[in-house]
Amino acid sequence: MPLTHDYIVEKLKSKFGNDITDIEAPYGLTTCTVPSSRIIEVLTFLKNDPELNFMFLTDLTGIHYPDHPEGEKLGVIYHLHNLVENVRLRMKTFMPKEAPFIDSATALFAGANWMERETYDFFGIIFNNHPNLKRILNVDDLHYYPLRKEYALEDPTRDDKDDRFFGR
Amino acid sequence: MLSQNETKEIDLSEDSHLTVLNLGPTHPATHGVFQNVVTMDGERIVDAEPTVGYIHRAFEKIAERRPYYQITTLTDRLNYCSAPINNMGWHMTVEKLIGVQLPKRVEYMRVIIMELARIADHLICNSILGVDTGAFTGFTYVFQEREKIYDIFEEICGARLTTNIGRIGGFERDFSPIAFGKIEKFLKEFPKVMKEFQGLFDKNRIFIDRTKGVGPISAERALNYSFTGPNLRAAGVDYDVRVACPYSSYEDFEFDIPVGENGDTYDRYLVRNEEIWQSLRIIQQAMDKIKKLPAGVYHAEVPEFYLPPKQEVYSSMEALIYHFKIVMGEIEIPKGEVYHSVEGANGELGFYLVSDGGRAPYRLHFRRPCFIYYQAYPEMIKGSLLSDAIITMSSLNLIAGEMDA
Repeated sequence: MPLTHDYIVEKLKSKFGNDITDIEAPYGLTTCTVPSSRIIEVLTFLKNDPELNFMFLTDLTGIHYPDHPEGEKLGVIYHLHNLVENVRLRMKTFMPKEAPFIDSATALFAGANWMERETYDFFGIIFNNHPNLKRILNVDDLHYYPLRKEYALEDPTRDDKDDRFFGR
Repeated sequence: MLSQNETKEIDLSEDSHLTVLNLGPTHPATHGVFQNVVTMDGERIVDAEPTVGYIHRAFEKIAERRPYYQITTLTDRLNYCSAPINNMGWHMTVEKLIGVQLPKRVEYMRVIIMELARIADHLICNSILGVDTGAFTGFTYVFQEREKIYDIFEEICGARLTTNIGRIGGFERDFSPIAFGKIEKFLKEFPKVMKEFQGLFDKNRIFIDRTKGVGPISAERALNYSFTGPNLRAAGVDYDVRVACPYSSYEDFEFDIPVGENGDTYDRYLVRNEEIWQSLRIIQQAMDKIKKLPAGVYHAEVPEFYLPPKQEVYSSMEALIYHFKIVMGEIEIPKGEVYHSVEGANGELGFYLVSDGGRAPYRLHFRRPCFIYYQAYPEMIKGSLLSDAIITMSSLNLIAGEMDA
């Protein structure tokens, strides 16, 4: 069976049922959302299933949605790649900002180590069972997570740079 | 299976025979701001702890406030040894988001620029590897040629290192006849120098002794560490974004993907050399293809994204409106999310862009290849000599600007 969008979704649906949500394919890249509690299960299945075989973690990063309809959310986005069939896949998972906990993928992908540290560093997402979860690009004693949306890029005390007119 | 999960308990009491060495952050042999705290047993490395982030400039945060066309200058400063590839990668990401199809001639022009940048990048990496093994001559040979590549960039866009080359929708101006002449001259003269360079190293007993079997990584581990680019191909995996997910009409070109066997420093060196030859092949084909296409086409007809010529801004209403809208960031950008990747000189350079329709990206993430593969460095040098660790780092082609973003 060729790894088409429909086939991947069908396989995931048959294994995880209604936990696979928000299925879409923006610009041809299959994208699904799973609950954060099941993300490692899903990644393990995607990696070890002989047909799906998504063995390559291309990218792992975070995102922050302060105005999410279900409350303030932090997300983790995984880009996976099946190098044999040459198919890419994007998995997303969201968690509330008050409890930003998710299991680490380092046991599956060694390369996730620094990518998760980076995500922790900038979004404050705590990866459980990570071997060495500490800041990586910012200084160790930074007391906030700079890529969260509440931290404005410009100095908030300045009034000559009004966001309504310049930038976001 | 994962060595990184092992707890590190190193006995550093007075009667321990282990020593700790701070390699970097500013050490002449590290070519950039990297720190490694190396635990050593005599000359052998027991453990290493890399520290990165010394030149972190928060590009992802800055990008969230900049209009799309102003982000190009940020990408220059990622891998500054091959800035044009980053520029083009970014343009293509935005073009994918807004759905612009470029004329073939523009795509071939981009291919020429990207392959020249790849040659320049590989030349630096391989010649510096020579310097680190104690052979300075090759470096002086090829740096002359790198200058010629930078002359071509200068002729095309006016800048040499941080090029800011091209625009969303094409190039800012056509290649001049002088630029085409310089490219042709380079294609004619460079192979001779390259052969000379390879003659110094490829079968050099000292060089082979220093690099063979040094800093190896297996294909399985390299994939698990998300290696890409020449470092992955040296381990024997033929993954190349140019072939796997062709962009900018790479599918029109004929070229080979060189692969190594052992994933050691010598294989990485050989793979890069062969890629230089393949890049030359691609540039030659692109030059031939461009000659067959009508001259003078250097951008797509997308007036809402591509700045109009300045003289028209003063004489035509549409041009004035588009000019104003583009400069003030008032153009319509669709909502959506895009992942686009290009084969950077040291691996898959990816752009993950989330747009909420605003004038700046909602979120932009750079997948920086060397940030991802540098984490394998402690595993690659464990048990080797300190001098081998230096050339392993050099052969990985780490660029501090890209790693720290």
